[in-house]
Amino acid sequence: MKPAKFDYYAPSSLDEALDKLAELGYDGKVLAGGQSLVAAMNFRMARPTALVDLNNVPELSYIKPTEDGGLAIGTMTRVFTVENNAEVAKRFPLLVEVAKYIAHPQIRRRGTFGGAIAHADPAGQLPSIAVLMNMKALIRRKGEERWVDGQDLIIGPFMTVIEPDEMLAELVLNAWPARTGYKYVQVSRQSGGYAQSAVASIVTLDENDKCKDVRMVLMSVGEVPILSQKAGEILIGNTPTREVIAEVAEVVTSEEIDPATDLHATADYRRSITRVLAVRSLTEAFERAK
Amino acid sequence: MTTGKYFGKSVLRLEDKNMLTGNVKYMDDIEIPGQLHAAFLRSDYAHARILKIDVSEALKRPGVVAIYTAEDFGDFWKPGPLLVPPPTAIDGSQFNARTLVPIAKDKIRYSGEVLAVVIAESRYIAEDAFDDIIIDVDPLPAVVDLEKAWEDTSVLVHDDLPSNMAALVKQEVGSYEEAKKKADVVVSRRMLIEHVAGAAMENRGFIASWDDQNQVMTIWANTQSPLTIRGSVARALNLAESQVHVITPFIGGGFGPKVMTSLSDDVLLPWISLKLKRPIKWMEDRRENFLATTSERDQVHHCEIVLKKDGTILGFKDVFYHNTGAYDSYGMTVPLNTQTHTISNYRVPNFYSEIRMVFTNQMVVTPVRGAGRSEGVFAMERMLDFAAKELGISPVEIRLKNLLKAEELPLNTGVIGQDFVVNILDSGDYLGNYQKCLAEIDYDKFRKEIQPKARAEGKRMGIGMVAFTEGTAVGPYEGCKITVSTSGKVTMATGYSTQGQAHYTVFAQIIADQLNVKIEDVRVVTGDTNLFAWGAGTFASRGAALVGAAAYLAAQKVRAKIFSTASKKLEVPEEEIELCEGSVCVKGQPETSIPLGMLASLANPMRGVVEPGVEPGLEATAYYGPPHGSTGSGAMGVIVSIDEETNKPTIERMVMVDDCGTVINPLVVEGQLQGGISMGIGNTLYERLVYDENGQLLTASFMDYLMPLATDMPEKLEIIHNHAESSLKVNPLGIKGVGEAGAIPPGPAIVQAIEDAFGVAGFEILETNLSPSQIYEYLKKAAK
Repeated sequence: MKPAKFDYYAPSSLDEALDKLAELGYDGKVLAGGQSLVAAMNFRMARPTALVDLNNVPELSYIKPTEDGGLAIGTMTRVFTVENNAEVAKRFPLLVEVAKYIAHPQIRRRGTFGGAIAHADPAGQLPSIAVLMNMKALIRRKGEERWVDGQDLIIGPFMTVIEPDEMLAELVLNAWPARTGYKYVQVSRQSGGYAQSAVASIVTLDENDKCKDVRMVLMSVGEVPILSQKAGEILIGNTPTREVIAEVAEVVTSEEIDPATDLHATADYRRSITRVLAVRSLTEAFERAK
Repeated sequence: MTTGKYFGKSVLRLEDKNMLTGNVKYMDDIEIPGQLHAAFLRSDYAHARILKIDVSEALKRPGVVAIYTAEDFGDFWKPGPLLVPPPTAIDGSQFNARTLVPIAKDKIRYSGEVLAVVIAESRYIAEDAFDDIIIDVDPLPAVVDLEKAWEDTSVLVHDDLPSNMAALVKQEVGSYEEAKKKADVVVSRRMLIEHVAGAAMENRGFIASWDDQNQVMTIWANTQSPLTIRGSVARALNLAESQVHVITPFIGGGFGPKVMTSLSDDVLLPWISLKLKRPIKWMEDRRENFLATTSERDQVHHCEIVLKKDGTILGFKDVFYHNTGAYDSYGMTVPLNTQTHTISNYRVPNFYSEIRMVFTNQMVVTPVRGAGRSEGVFAMERMLDFAAKELGISPVEIRLKNLLKAEELPLNTGVIGQDFVVNILDSGDYLGNYQKCLAEIDYDKFRKEIQPKARAEGKRMGIGMVAFTEGTAVGPYEGCKITVSTSGKVTMATGYSTQGQAHYTVFAQIIADQLNVKIEDVRVVTGDTNLFAWGAGTFASRGAALVGAAAYLAAQKVRAKIFSTASKKLEVPEEEIELCEGSVCVKGQPETSIPLGMLASLANPMRGVVEPGVEPGLEATAYYGPPHGSTGSGAMGVIVSIDEETNKPTIERMVMVDDCGTVINPLVVEGQLQGGISMGIGNTLYERLVYDENGQLLTASFMDYLMPLATDMPEKLEIIHNHAESSLKVNPLGIKGVGEAGAIPPGPAIVQAIEDAFGVAGFEILETNLSPSQIYEYLKKAAK
């Protein structure tokens, strides 16, 4: 379990990194925290020709407020830093809640916010949350930049719209409206282990306690994070009673997800717990929105 | 018995400071100047004929020094020794020895078997060279399912045998069939004990370094059996044992698999080092550990229990399939342990047990903590639960009725065990352990208050109460040498290697008390064959009992020498001499004090105090071999709650009562039990090695092989030491082993509690490894 031979570059500025990626083209691969990529390389499942290590690029690591009350997070910001940032806790407590479930503290110390999202592991929490929150992804290439909506970023398991000569540089999180609640729930066999199913919701109530907006993402029950369409169709404009929430959970689990059987859970079990998790997530999110 | 300043006290582990600050050398920290690196190319196929292995391209890669396949070893290639002989003491037993080969020749018998050894300037280059090796094989269907493998129609793992039978051993006490005729109730079930890994934190490693000038082979290995390796390397390379020096560094966990020898590394690498005259280093990676390091469990039991209406056991029958993997070099230790432990807690007048040990295309099975005991206990405990249900009595009642009482011991069970002698339940109070456990967990309160209240609130809570024994401290022997040096420091050297069991502390406790020195002044050296070269190895929970006893006996000999030497020097009779901390003096006359270091110097015949010809020095060697093993025992109670929607179990409370006789260090014993329990919980709720129908291991990394983490352990874990008076007399120090106890009862206790929590008719757990998903599937089945 040693990686195959690769070239290694450690640029010390963003421009230098982008130059190197442009030069390498399809041969280049960005190394962020390395918590997923290095393991894949050790198994020789990933054999990049060259790595461009961003760990020496300080300008990619930051958490800054945006003008509209949101936050911009640099791609190399460690998950641990996000998890323990007061502004994050104030504006997007969901991220703090989710972070506790991402592997173990040692891994969160090293793993990066942008790296996890760009890796697009269907069983990873942060790609799902990027979809759920529809984070705005700033993608840079030498001399160019473009913005992609979080919900359009991931196109398959471990696949995003980011090209080999590009890098995910920043994620912008838009401020939540008033009366917004959230909840992340998962079932995993070990603490810090992969979830057999996970559900996260962000909901907003109007002044009459009716659902004004709802976003719900389902994880580990399909090849990519699944952003529910049905939840909005059923809930928006209605009072989120137990019955309505139960209906959402039923419809979502029977129509929107496509769980698989693996060593740790049958598809049937995954479907059954997803229904439960959907109810728990929505119920608590609406409760918190009040 | 011994009492003193240290013995019996929770002395903090002497080794911890360096271990916790990262200041010890483990296997991979060892670098020998000029070393080359070995990597083993392992088969992806589980079963195939080898047609051709072409390494010519790989040899051209820069940095590759040599590549060997089976043919390259010439006459040196041969199947390894039978490490543990078959149980010839059991009448009519059949055993087919097909021992491990160091590297596959002609045929591949499991996925992970070595096909080629690449020696290169770095491990990276060695692994790169794998890409250039061309392997041409003729794949064969894989033998995976134990019961199908036993059938005559099965594909054969070893073509020269008529079947896949590795062994067939039948033991009967009384007459099961006669008992069945008299029975009111007959209950039978088929149960699976899943396959699990030892999964030590540190993988295996091996360095062989041939010194051509001194003609000495130095070996560093993180093994549980340094002396076995010394002997086998010497024999294989036609060297004197004095030419082979095996050193075990600090070891990050053993748990059984590191006892295994005659593997590719310890056989081939010394030969290669001798040939290349270069040190060769190999460090196993986790994938290799999963694929090829030995593992355990994996049995299918067909059990039947017959009882009287009042719950009295009349007889027990168990026909079980035991997976030995592709080879059976380690004999039958595991299934024999299963056989002895199935009935060892209970009054079972008629017992029939049949081992069907079967070859499969899987990695080799050798003991892993629990080592067959957990399987036997699981089978019996589950059958008692099913019988209780059938009889309409509680699982507790059936156990109280049948558990052996203190006055029934010692008891000759008539079943021959892993040490080939009849299992004697020497001492203990099995019923008393169980009653103590019921009281500690407050079983009645749980039944009468806690459980009904939880049910009324719609919560699922259940309790499991089981008993177990742990056969420990088997022979043949261990020994040690104790030397007081002229600095006053004391060194104890033993051949027994250590993998984290606190040997540096507990042996020092025994010695420090006997010699009245500070514990910090006792240095324990384990597993260096140049310092002590006799003993068997670290297994079967025998260190504290055997090495501990040897340390005690050797320390007493040294003590006698201290008194005789001091008596000569001080010119007073020995009775008038006393040991003060680190020195010796005439009683009541501290001014006559001689430091032990000085006395050690005087014990050299050169100094004129002791006569020439007398064994010099304050030094002594002692050995201890018990007439038979000693059996620890205990009980476990567990309260489990279950998320009613996701079926995820949580252990709310766990109480373990254990009788391991005299305790040298309660803190260490508690640590051993906690570690064992975490393994037992892991085996029950998390861990499972899964082979598919092609013999491919699907769980070759920690992504798929789930280990419980510290955060998955129960918050409330209570450990109670409950020694019976009789347990204190088993050997010079009254010590029984405790290394495996914790791993034995969690399985049956947890599944009993889970069943109890549901209380659903037809919901029966018939296996050891339970994910919430499997609980869900069981419930679906019960609902049908």
